[in-house]
Amino acid sequence: MMQRMACFEKIAACRDGAIVVATYTAAFEWHRVDPNPLNFVSVGAMGQASSHALGLAIGLPDQKIIVLDGDGSLLMNLSALTTIANAAPENLVHFVVENGTYEANGGHPIPAQGRADFAGMAAAAGYAEAHSYEGLNQFAADLPDLLSAPGPVFAALKVESGDAPPLNYDYEWLHSANRRREFKDAVRPLLKD
Amino acid sequence: MTTALAGPSGAGIIDALKQARVSHVAALPDITTSAGLLWPLSSDDELHLIRLSKEDEGVSICAALSYCDRRAVVLMQQTGLMDSLNNIRAVGCEYQQPICMIVGLLGKEPDRSPTDSASLGVRIVEPVLDAMEIDHILIEGPEDVAKLPPAIDFAYLRSRPMVALIGRRVET
Repeated sequence: MMQRMACFEKIAACRDGAIVVATYTAAFEWHRVDPNPLNFVSVGAMGQASSHALGLAIGLPDQKIIVLDGDGSLLMNLSALTTIANAAPENLVHFVVENGTYEANGGHPIPAQGRADFAGMAAAAGYAEAHSYEGLNQFAADLPDLLSAPGPVFAALKVESGDAPPLNYDYEWLHSANRRREFKDAVRPLLKD
Repeated sequence: MTTALAGPSGAGIIDALKQARVSHVAALPDITTSAGLLWPLSSDDELHLIRLSKEDEGVSICAALSYCDRRAVVLMQQTGLMDSLNNIRAVGCEYQQPICMIVGLLGKEPDRSPTDSASLGVRIVEPVLDAMEIDHILIEGPEDVAKLPPAIDFAYLRSRPMVALIGRRVET
């Protein structure tokens, strides 16, 4: 088992200008690790981070798009796996932080906790690559390849639940329409025409 | 003797989308729009079709494309609209994103308004949209297609959601 923050620190070190779409607890923790105008917060309707990431990947085909999904979130939008696989964006890397719980809502277990094979689901849906990691050293070693391989690439990151210092959930920031406008402003220089 | 009421032209809707500078259509099949609109769309050289597995994915995809200065619409049936309401509420209404949706009204009688339909699933659509303060237009005959480009333009100008309801089967 890994720690989520440690995984995020590794991803941040390899980010190289990528847009990062993160959801719920991952969004707060990612923002703490790597605050950046190109961080997109996907909340409001659980599970939609990967679909937002797909839209960004289609709209910005020359830009690397990283999504930091949760296991509970992915379960709520599992159909996105086949949609993403069918669209086949080469610039999309889909990380699922697998802690087995709905951490932001009391730590209740997800269905099939510890039994569901998320990388297996992504592979079966048709992702170009799908991996699962339990050790940080192996994840760190493979990360450059995960980020450079033609996507869509999927990686389940098995992490401990509740491993990070307590978060202050700033819901006004999280749900602000202005936050979306700021993200759009940050994306504008990346547009080619 | 009764005369069949004409539905909107699929080619006309495609032209209207292009007139509104729409570049992407995210869709799930709906029998009201399948033959006249979705099949022609799927082979159109200018409009990019994104095949969805579930309708609410399309709401997020269209929002994300708007960040990239790309206009998109979600094409679906009213059952998919109902299934997507939470995402539309969050992304379209609260986060103020221009989510444009074309929604086939399965089961609507050609000669009745949606609110007069015998079908509950059809009858509730406009009141639900009104309750969510979502702009909507009704496209029934060929002449109604002209409403679509300005409705899409307005949605993007004001960054708010919009629904175009298709009240009769789209003609090939």
